[in-house]
Amino acid sequence: MKRNLPLVFAFVVGLVVFLSEFIPHNPFGQITETLENWFMIVSSFAILLGQISLVRANVTRVAERSHNWQYYLAGLVSFTLMVAVGLLWGMEQTPGIFGQGEKIAAFISAKPFDYIFEFSYIPLASTMFALLAFYIASAAYRAFIIRNFESNLLMITAVIVILGRTSFATALTGWVPASLKLLHLPELTDFIMQYPNTAAQRAIMISAALGVIGSSLRIILGIERSYLGGGK
Amino acid sequence: MNSASRIQVERRIVFLLLLVAVALPIIFPLGLKTQGTPLTRKAYDMVDETPEGSVVVISFDYDPSTVTELQPMAIALIEHAWKRKQKIVATALWPQGSQMADMAFRDVQEKFGNTKVYGEDYVNLGYKVGGMVIIQAMGRNLKSVYPTDMSNTPYSEIPMLSGIRTLKDIAYVFSLSAGDPGLKDWVMTAKDKYNVPVAGGTTAVSTPGFLPYVNDQKQLYGLLGGLKGAAEYELLLEYEGSASLNMNPQSVAHILILVLIAIGNIKAYRKRKAAPAAEEVSNG
Repeated sequence: MKRNLPLVFAFVVGLVVFLSEFIPHNPFGQITETLENWFMIVSSFAILLGQISLVRANVTRVAERSHNWQYYLAGLVSFTLMVAVGLLWGMEQTPGIFGQGEKIAAFISAKPFDYIFEFSYIPLASTMFALLAFYIASAAYRAFIIRNFESNLLMITAVIVILGRTSFATALTGWVPASLKLLHLPELTDFIMQYPNTAAQRAIMISAALGVIGSSLRIILGIERSYLGGGK
Repeated sequence: MNSASRIQVERRIVFLLLLVAVALPIIFPLGLKTQGTPLTRKAYDMVDETPEGSVVVISFDYDPSTVTELQPMAIALIEHAWKRKQKIVATALWPQGSQMADMAFRDVQEKFGNTKVYGEDYVNLGYKVGGMVIIQAMGRNLKSVYPTDMSNTPYSEIPMLSGIRTLKDIAYVFSLSAGDPGLKDWVMTAKDKYNVPVAGGTTAVSTPGFLPYVNDQKQLYGLLGGLKGAAEYELLLEYEGSASLNMNPQSVAHILILVLIAIGNIKAYRKRKAAPAAEEVSNG
């Protein structure tokens, strides 16, 4: 019963939503609308569940003094701080328990939540993303080596696209006559992106879509049960 | 020096070179100009050709990690829409998108001398969890998805939304997207299901994946790809914003990466050439 009930739910809901795409009349439209509302409510609770899970996992690691426990503690402190200032004074236009916090906002030029968000979180998050550039540069130096025909082709294409995406591209091939416009680096880059790249992307997308249809059918028909958890 | 420590030293040299390559053009701007592409032009034309007074949606489907690429797009778009006297509804499929929207509105408001009125010229409806399902629900009834805006003002009391019942009443959707949920969901639902024109801006790394949607069916009206796309949009609006300025360090970094690839290949070639010779010597 414990396992069969979710399977029946998945089958019925999957079938109804699937049919509603082909029959845009009531009761299908109404049922789908209700299911969408349920989805939004359940998703909202998933966020809460995620937060509880985050706190539990971090507290456990700090309590057990596991490897690098200091980072988990930093995560917990940051999380608590943001929740606290958000609850007390709100964010942007939204008021908190203590209202809009005008006094603090006058002192630090923004609400505490927005201040921390703008001057701590944004620079930190951007820095994390920017670090990728260093790894890409290092990886390109070591991995982009010509070994055979395919890697040669890949490298030539990469060189054209990388150059074509820079502001130097126009200057480098600006002297090429208009009759040979395709040899202008920006034009050549656009050609590569628009034709060979798009063709390959379409093939990938169609394959992925077929995969999604297959796995969706497996879930609706109860063949794929891993989402139920519990091992098997 | 053994092989492992040589690799470590090489890595550090690469990191240092990249740091210099990025820092120098920021300190001493090169003044390089970006050339426009048709994809950006199409997105620009969609905004430009939309009649005055239309209500449009800009969806902030990203967070601060991609702010360098996507925030300049947001600023340029808001500026363009306001120049065309369009009314902007900001939504977010990512939790921090609503803050990104507020920041972008604040920046552009300064350019317009704070003349744009909240609720009449723009509104921030905030973040909703659910991705594609949210867009589907918006196609049925916007008010049920967003009963209030970010400042808890009821939907019915927001003047610019008085005639807006569903997504079909929106002139176009522009999604600034850093991943999933994002632009793909808008294309598959807003465009394919409700036939609302959709354009988008994405990080450079995900742009190739969206090119198939720019087709004759106009699943995507246009596409801004990464920082370059944002710089091109700024160029079309005839101003030099952060994207145009940041194109300089990005371009120099790209050139450095090409030089590093060339050095890596020369090294590999010399190593390959030396290997048979060493083998011959060892064989006597």
